[in-house]
Amino acid sequence: MSALGHYLEAAGIATVSISLIRTHTEQMTPPRALWVPFELGRPLGAPNNAAFQTKVLSAALALLERTDSPLIEDFLEDAPSGAGSAEDDNWVCPVSFPVPAGEETMLSALKREIAGLQPWYALGLEWRGRTTFGISGLEMDAIGEFLAGFAENGLDQPNPLPELPIAEAFKRANDDLQAFFQEAATAQPGHGGTHADVLDWFWGQTHGGKVLLACRDAARETDDARLRFMVNGLMVPRLAAARLGI
Amino acid sequence: MARLSDMPPNLAEHLQGLACPDMGVTPAVGGIPLSQQRVAIISTAGLSRRGDDAFTAGAADYRVIPADLPTSDLTMSHISVNYDRTGFQDDVNIAFPIDRLKELVAVGQIGSVADFHYSFMGATDPIQMKPAVDSLLGPMLGEGVTAAILIPV
Repeated sequence: MSALGHYLEAAGIATVSISLIRTHTEQMTPPRALWVPFELGRPLGAPNNAAFQTKVLSAALALLERTDSPLIEDFLEDAPSGAGSAEDDNWVCPVSFPVPAGEETMLSALKREIAGLQPWYALGLEWRGRTTFGISGLEMDAIGEFLAGFAENGLDQPNPLPELPIAEAFKRANDDLQAFFQEAATAQPGHGGTHADVLDWFWGQTHGGKVLLACRDAARETDDARLRFMVNGLMVPRLAAARLGI
Repeated sequence: MARLSDMPPNLAEHLQGLACPDMGVTPAVGGIPLSQQRVAIISTAGLSRRGDDAFTAGAADYRVIPADLPTSDLTMSHISVNYDRTGFQDDVNIAFPIDRLKELVAVGQIGSVADFHYSFMGATDPIQMKPAVDSLLGPMLGEGVTAAILIPV
């Protein structure tokens, strides 16, 4: 982010950067920056809190009137707690899954979860008016079949997006699966789940998480370096890995 | 939470270990009051219009986001999984504060909002983004943009 500030400023466009990692900004010395103490992923602090977002944005934009560069100002107010904040705790996922009568395959377990989450996903879509699901272009059932199949068959599982390398197809299916689960789990208006809560639930309690971890094991057995890089670095969040030992 | 001291060691060490190029010092552009600035958002959150190509590892290009794009058509395909996405799922303004900018125009705090905004994908070496940024200058200056707010994720 800081580098872009240098490029644009040199061309005559005034810039101000929001900084999430202060040490990076200190090293790259953009013309103007406002460091904020918020969780990664939340540079404006709090979703659905226009007043607080405006406060952050105004503090950043005010720096445009200064020319004593390079400068870093600190925004020291933490994001407010409240519904959906990054600091709430005591969250319980509203979705409970029925226990099957007999043994399940990985695919049947995942399909059961997806079916249980679907009404909550639909509710979330209704009140949000949008979804971040859809990067792969695949339907949720097809994503489940691909991922469960990959977990069991590795590279013998057909690529559902044959125009893409398997690593990229897997990444998009993975992103969509996590988006679907997250949006369903946080679908209740005013949900209080933190990022860590949602990660704990997904990676520690769901078959969706278990399928992805099985996919990671399968991918590590292949000769596809791009796929191994993807599952080793771009699938399990480091926060979840640290909290759950996965 | 964006304080390194609050992060689990594996994430803090990863972030501290990322290479940050020495960019030197670039003199700041001045002379235009905030109330007259035309402001564009430059995001590195891997944002794009639904249907655009998703960002992939190493992508140094950008996507164009019209100011009037319905939020239902704004998607995110950043390759990193090491940040919260639930905030963006609930409210695009957490990372792309287009509604807040428009409100600041209405109260006269800034002059205007650009018709077009842009997103890169921040996991790429920023040095590799220089040609793409250079190609943005024509469109940005062409519509009278005088200032940009740069927003990571």
